[in-house]
Formats: sequence, C-alpha cells, structure tokens
Amino acid sequence: MMMRTESRIRDFDWTLMVPVAGLCIIGMIQIASATRGTNLDGLQWKQLEWIVLGLVGMLVLSRVDYHAILEQAPVLYLVTLGLLVVVLALGQTKFGARRWLNLGFLHLQVSEVAKLIIIVTLARYLSELRTDRLTLADLAKIGVFTGIPTLLILLQPDLGTALVIVALVAVEIFLAGLEWKHALAMVALAALLLPAAWHVLKPYQKQRLTAFFRPEETSQTSGYQTQQSKIAVGSGGIRGRGFGQGTQNQLGFVPVRWADFILAGLAEEQGFAGVLVVMLLYLGLLLRLVGTAQLAGDRAGMFLVMGVAAVIGVHVLVNAAMVIGYMPVTGIPLPLMSHGGSSILFVFLALGLVMNVRLRRFVN
Amino acid sequence: MASWEGRDTRLPQGRLTFCTYVIVGMVCLLLFGFWKLQVLDSDYYAQLAERNRIRSIPVIAPRGKMLDREGRVVVDNYPSFSVLVLREDQALLEQHLNEIAEGLDMQPDDLRQQIDAAQALPRFNPIVVKPEATPADIAFIESHRADLPLLELLMVHRRKYPEGGFLAHAIGYVGEVSEKQIEASGGKLRPGDIAGKSGLEKTYNDVLMGTDGMRRVIVNSLGKEVGRLEQKEAIPGKPIHLSIDYDLQSVAEEALGPQEGAVVAMDPRTGEVLAMVSHPAYDPKDFAVRVSKEEWQALNEDPTHPLINRAIQAQLAPGSVFKVVMATAMLESKAVPADFSVTCTGAEDFYGRPFHCWIASKGRGHGHVGLHEAIVESCDIFFYNLGKRLGIDRIAYYASHLGLGRKTGIDLPGEQEGLVPSEEWKQRVFKQQWYPGETISVAVGQGATTVTPVQLAYMVAGVAEGGNFHRPHMLLGETKTEEPSFPITEDTVEQVSQGMYGVVNETDGTAHAAHLEGIEFCGKTGSAQVISNEGKSRAGHVGKDLADNAWFVGFAPRRNPEIVVSVLVQHGVHGATAAAPVARDVIKAYYDKKSSLEKKQFTVDLKHYDVDSAESAKTVAATLGTGDAKKAGDSAHGNER
Repeated sequence: MMMRTESRIRDFDWTLMVPVAGLCIIGMIQIASATRGTNLDGLQWKQLEWIVLGLVGMLVLSRVDYHAILEQAPVLYLVTLGLLVVVLALGQTKFGARRWLNLGFLHLQVSEVAKLIIIVTLARYLSELRTDRLTLADLAKIGVFTGIPTLLILLQPDLGTALVIVALVAVEIFLAGLEWKHALAMVALAALLLPAAWHVLKPYQKQRLTAFFRPEETSQTSGYQTQQSKIAVGSGGIRGRGFGQGTQNQLGFVPVRWADFILAGLAEEQGFAGVLVVMLLYLGLLLRLVGTAQLAGDRAGMFLVMGVAAVIGVHVLVNAAMVIGYMPVTGIPLPLMSHGGSSILFVFLALGLVMNVRLRRFVN
Repeated sequence: MASWEGRDTRLPQGRLTFCTYVIVGMVCLLLFGFWKLQVLDSDYYAQLAERNRIRSIPVIAPRGKMLDREGRVVVDNYPSFSVLVLREDQALLEQHLNEIAEGLDMQPDDLRQQIDAAQALPRFNPIVVKPEATPADIAFIESHRADLPLLELLMVHRRKYPEGGFLAHAIGYVGEVSEKQIEASGGKLRPGDIAGKSGLEKTYNDVLMGTDGMRRVIVNSLGKEVGRLEQKEAIPGKPIHLSIDYDLQSVAEEALGPQEGAVVAMDPRTGEVLAMVSHPAYDPKDFAVRVSKEEWQALNEDPTHPLINRAIQAQLAPGSVFKVVMATAMLESKAVPADFSVTCTGAEDFYGRPFHCWIASKGRGHGHVGLHEAIVESCDIFFYNLGKRLGIDRIAYYASHLGLGRKTGIDLPGEQEGLVPSEEWKQRVFKQQWYPGETISVAVGQGATTVTPVQLAYMVAGVAEGGNFHRPHMLLGETKTEEPSFPITEDTVEQVSQGMYGVVNETDGTAHAAHLEGIEFCGKTGSAQVISNEGKSRAGHVGKDLADNAWFVGFAPRRNPEIVVSVLVQHGVHGATAAAPVARDVIKAYYDKKSSLEKKQFTVDLKHYDVDSAESAKTVAATLGTGDAKKAGDSAHGNER
C-alpha cells in the first residue's frame, strides 16, 4: 500500500499543474488589480483560499479509484437532480436568477456540481455501451438523462451553463461514435428549434442576444457591457497599460471585472502579450488533458478526462469570445482565473478526476 | 470492481486527435480576435477609452460687477446651477428622454425641442436644458448618476440686480446670445453664451464678459468625478465703475415714484451721469435666468412700456424748456435787440390765427415783458414774437447746435434722436412747404419738435458751461470727450442763467415753490401738450393719457454748475408742480451729501492732525465729484501747517 501511494505521488501530473498554477496566479493578480480601492479590496486572498481548498479536493478525489466513483453515478445523478430542484425552490436569488444554495461557508452554485456529475454519468453510460456507433435509441436516452438537469438549470435561469452542458454532451457523443448523418440531423433540428426556443427565453436573455446582434440599439445594458469590454481590450494595445493602470478596469467601465470580465481587465493592463501568455497556458492545459485522455486506461477514463476538457475548453471559448464581442454576454466564468468559489472548486475537482485517470492509466 | 473486469480499452484515437486540432483552432481564433482589437484597432479603442473617462465641462467666467462711483456694488453675481444634457449617446438620450423630463419637471416636448434645436452643434458639446436648477433637480441628477449618465450640473454665475427696478434701464440685462450677436462678434461668442442684451450690460459687454475656461475631469463608470486632468481657468470679466451715485439715484427713484417719466442727473463739467431713472421699470430679475415667451410678450405689450428707457428713448415735445434755446438764439444771433420786449395780454394773433399765453387761463396777461421776465414767468407771447422775428431756420440752427435733434452719444444702446423741425426737414419728409404759423408753435417747444430727457440735460449743461459740451456717459473716470464746442458768450450765459435762477427764486417764477434755501438752484419748467386742443375735443374725453407732459430742467449752482437735472413726468400737466419738485429733491440730496461730506472731512482733518489726511481729503473730494482732488488735498496740507 505504501509503495503504491509513493508511486502515485511521483506519477502526479506536474506538467498539468504548471499551466494551472500559472493561470491561478495571473488570475489572483488580476483580481487584486480589479478590486483595488473598492469595497472588494483583497478579494484575491479569498480566491487563494478557494484554490487551496480546491487543491485539497483535487488530491482527495485523485486517490479514490475513478471506477468507484463511476460505480456511484446513478446515486450521484439523482442527488444532483434533487439539489437542482431544491435550488429552484429554496435557492438564493442574485441578479434575477436562483442559482445558489447557501451552505454557510459557500454559496454553492449547484449547476457547477451538475456539470461534474453529468461528466461522471456520461462516462459511465457511454463506457458501458461498448460500441463505436451510437444508435438513435442511445442518443435518445442520452438526450433524456442529460436533458432533465439541463432543463432544471435553464429554469434557474442559467443559459450559459445549459449551453456548456450541451457542448459537453456533444463532445462526449462525438468521441463515443456519433455518426455523421446523425450529427447533421441534430444540427438541422437545432436550427429548426432555435426560433421556438426564443420564446422561452427570459427578457434579459433576449436583451443580451438582441444586444449582441444589434449592439447599437441597446447601449447601457448588455451592448454597453460588450462595448466597454471591447474598449478595455482594444485600448490595452500590445504591451498593456500596466498593473492597476487600465482606466476601463480601474474606473469601473468593465463590468464584473474580477469575475466574468477578468480577461478584459487583463487585456487592458497586460496587453496582447498578457493575453497571449494566458491563451498559451490554456492551450497547454487543454492539450495536456487530451494527452491524458489518449493515455487513459480505458474508455471510461477517456470520457471523464474529455468531459473535463470539453467543459474547460467551452468556458474559455465562450468567456473569451464574450470579452472580445464575438459572443453574447453569458455569465460564464473563465476557469481558474475568474473569482468565484464554486467555479474554482469545480475546476479543481474536475482536475482531480483527470489526475485519477492519469494515475491509473496502466492497465493492471 | 467486478463490473469493470472486462473493460473497454479501445480509444477513439482519431477523434481525440481531431479534438486537439479543434482546441488549437479555437485558441488561434481567440488570439486572432484579441490581435484585431489590441493591435490593429488599438488606437481607435484607446481613443474611446479616453472619451469614456474624460469629460470636458465648461467653467463659466463670472461677469464683471458694476460699481457705483463710490465703489458700492450695484450689480453682483450669485452662483447657481444649470442642468446640462450630454448628447454623445443619442440612443441612450432618446431612451431616457421622458424620464429626464419628468425628473427635471419639464415638458417632454419642450426638452425634445431644445435637444432638436442643438442638432447642428457638435455632439460633444453639452447643452443647457434648464438654466436654473432647483434643489429637487440637483437631487434628481445626483441620485441618478449611475443609471442616467446624461445629466451634468454646471456652475454658473447669474446676475444679481438691485431690487425693484433700481437703475434697471441703465443697467440693462443679459441673456443668451442671439444668432445675430454671434455673427457680429466674429467668433468671440458661441451659442449658449450669456451676453448683454440691453443697457450697460450690452454697451460694455466686452469688458464685463470674461472668457470661459474648460475643466477636464476623469469620471468613473458611474459618471462620478474621481480626478482632474487639467483646467483652463476662466478669466473673469472686469468690473465697471459707474458714474452713478447710488444715493442720488435712490433719491431720484423715490422722487419720481410711481409716475411715468424719467430723471437724468449729470455733471455738466464732465458729462458723467449721476442718476438715471425711467419709470415704470421692469424687474431685471425676470431676465436673470431665461425670460419666458409669455413674460416677454407681456412686457412688450404693456401699455406703459416698461422696457423703454424714457431717459434716452422718450421723444416728446419739450414745451417751455425750449425757451432756453430760444433765449440763447436771440442773444447769440443778435437778430433781435437785447432789449426786445412785448406786451402780453394773454393772446395774440399770428398769421390770422389766435395764439394763447398760458397765463390767459388765469384771466390776465403778463403785461410788459423783456427776456428776463419772459423766462422767469414763461411768457408764451414773448417767445411767439421772438420766434416770428428769428424765423424757423435760425431756431433750427441754434437748437441743433445746442444738441437737439441728434443723439448725445451717451454710452447706452438705443438712444433716440428727437427732432428739430426746419423748412428743409418738412420738404424732405412731407414734401410740403413750411408754414410760418408752425414757427410760432416751435418757438414754445410745441409743434413737431421732440427731445429726450437726456438731450435736455445735455443742452442746458452746454449752455450753462458757455458752449462746452460733454458727451453724457455712464462710466467713471472716462476721459471726458470734447464735443464740437459751440462757444456762447459769457453775457448770454449770464442772462439765460439769471432767467433760470429767477424761475426758481423770484416770487413770480413759475417754479418758485421748488426753491431751496441756500442753494443757487436754477431751472426752467415746461408743460407740453400731448395733443392739440382741437384734438382733445375730437377725442371726446380728457383722460389722463391726454394730459400734458410736465418737464423741468434745473442746475446748481448758478455759476459753474456742478449738477444738471432733467425731469420728465408724463401727463404730469404742470412742469412746476409735477417735475420741478423731483429735480429739487435730487439737487437738495446732492447738496446735503456734499455738505455732510465736507463736515466729515473737516472732523477727519482735526482728528488726524498729523497723519496723512491729504489722502482722505483726496478720497472725499473724488467721491464728492468736485473734481479737483488736488485742490482738496492741498487745502488739507494747508490745515496741517
């Protein structure tokens, strides 16, 4: 037993931890800059606490054999559904949405838990199919059991997370052997359903989308946020204005600049150079994840790792695209950098799963 | 672990590799997006960032004050706030228009109109939509800085004018510049600037008006000022020192009271105007902010014409005051012997038409009168005959050379010329021949002759000064301008002023009731018909609006006068009873003040026997307007010795 533990510490994926540490540190610096002199001053230390807690969670999760976790998938899934129902009934409302459960030490964003559990559930389900070709029946089943939590999340409403889950499912079924004709059919179906979906959107969600497609019509709301974010990014130039020197960031023109729009503040103060470093770190992180998936001991491990990679990748894509005005404003944090306990904990726990898979990559 | 015994180890390596490409492609796409914003369009966004955080707010220069001759503040400023609307974000403005209108207690249409009117101006120029912000407006703006970043408060200085229309017409008022003024200014004035619209505010606008500055401040996303970049200081306007004496002005205002008319008090030696009253007056407070259309219309349509400065704009027949001109013309032209005399029986026929003397209403005549008695008792028959002998051309020549029929050139806008009728004038204007009978009317200041109160003051001052005219002016210390002098012999001056002395001081004088103990108060009364007697009967009523205008022009002392006062009381009927008392009050006030200052000076000299009393003596002399400060100073030195 001792032997195994030691070998596992040695086998720990330090290469993966390099971009993780880099992004966490840059994130903290940027949070410090964004909250200087405001009533949120010192928020980076709060962030550090979450990071430490996340690291502990990651270590713990990496030591339990992921097969044991997959074993419990149905239970975890049902518990998550229960939590999602509870948050809708009792959750705290912030910014017009019920997303948080007050756990005393943490305002838990249940949808972060849901993402993790859906990764686990999908891995369990897909690995048990033992096929390279998903049938329509399989797709329908996947649609149902991922659709239920997604709908509950949409009811909060949290469109961003719902879209992340959709992207996660897409990546996983692609890897599980989605047939091209089915893929095309799904895209076509989505295109048909889109206008219908418009009617179930909340007014602020519609406004954000309108703002995205016709920014000139709404200046003070979502379009305004996008515009301010673009101004911050653009005015940063190549080398940036320096720590604490970005006027857009410091004077509060950039909305929630310590969380969702942290990249805008970074782009303004550290310039394209800073953005390049961050993007390369994310690239390194994601490629390392895919590499880990390629080395996974079995399909289940591969699905777990790629689920994590999909979620982190989609978060980076959607968040960065929002900051430069390529996508509408959705409340999606930038993994490891944006301030937020739930988000940090999710990423570290997800990385714990990845470690877990990496440590058990050699088939006995 | 049982269920995982035969686990599936086949991995979709091809699709995983595909994922790698997707990830690389995604990062490249994002980096391209950042590259475009941060490298290609960086300058554009840097500019937007600057505009975001920097707001340019004009700093309004205060207008110069107006001080009276003793340095007392007549027109001051008070701070106030205007509401500015920032127009850079048109869409946002459009969206919140109604909300803003409601918050500022304005009509949405009114607000829209103002914004539309400014369409031609550059967008970064904020416009004033409400000139005088109420405390409620300020509270509204401050509490909505975050959600309505369109409103800004601008500190402005408003004019604080004296209460109750004191000196209102001379001071004038300010207002937003008209397009005409902007064009005429040659770029100095911009839309929205406040400039003088009338009176001294207009004449001396260039002096009074400062140059606005500009404040560039850093604002945060809530529109709150968090820092300053630079400030171009406003250059305040310079004050002007009026020749007006606050005390004398108060007395004149009081003396004229609610009667329609005007008072002009002037120093004949310099042309400095000491007091100028025109009643009824308007309240300049109505113009301090922005005069509403209704108020403006009401003021303009008021039958008593409160906006008219009667002192320089009322053109009325001078009545018997014109006899001063006649007397001067008689003595100077020598066309009539100096001992010319007539016998007044109350009426006399000229050119087949009876002309009456005013004394006829008392059922008698003046009897045998020479020039002196004719002036003192204002005998019309004497002047009818004199007019007939002089002829209209000679009368017109002297009247115009004594300053009538043309502007005195006082430094106030809108002065009227009055009229001196002549054969040439009648031919030019009416294409008609001059009738000799008209000369008889002109000789007693009736007929087509019209003058303004300031003209009469100017004329009498000139005559009393032996033909040395000084342009009337409102500012102290202005180098006195030598008008084209029209020398009058000392003998003429002596005879005319003796006559005017008699008017007040001889028991038969028409203004004997106004005489002042110990003061050589001279003057001439006048009562001018507003309408002919025939006209009166045609009008079918003898209303107050048809009653004669009362005039009095006086000066003191008899030789080398220091003050001339011209008084018009419209529909006051008799110069002696309506106008002369006003002039008397002003002259008395002048002497009272002078003697009290002299007394004070005397005590000062005694008290500060060995200090520099010469300085204080100089000050006293200067404030008194006795002119020769040096002399006063010398005498003080004399005391020391």
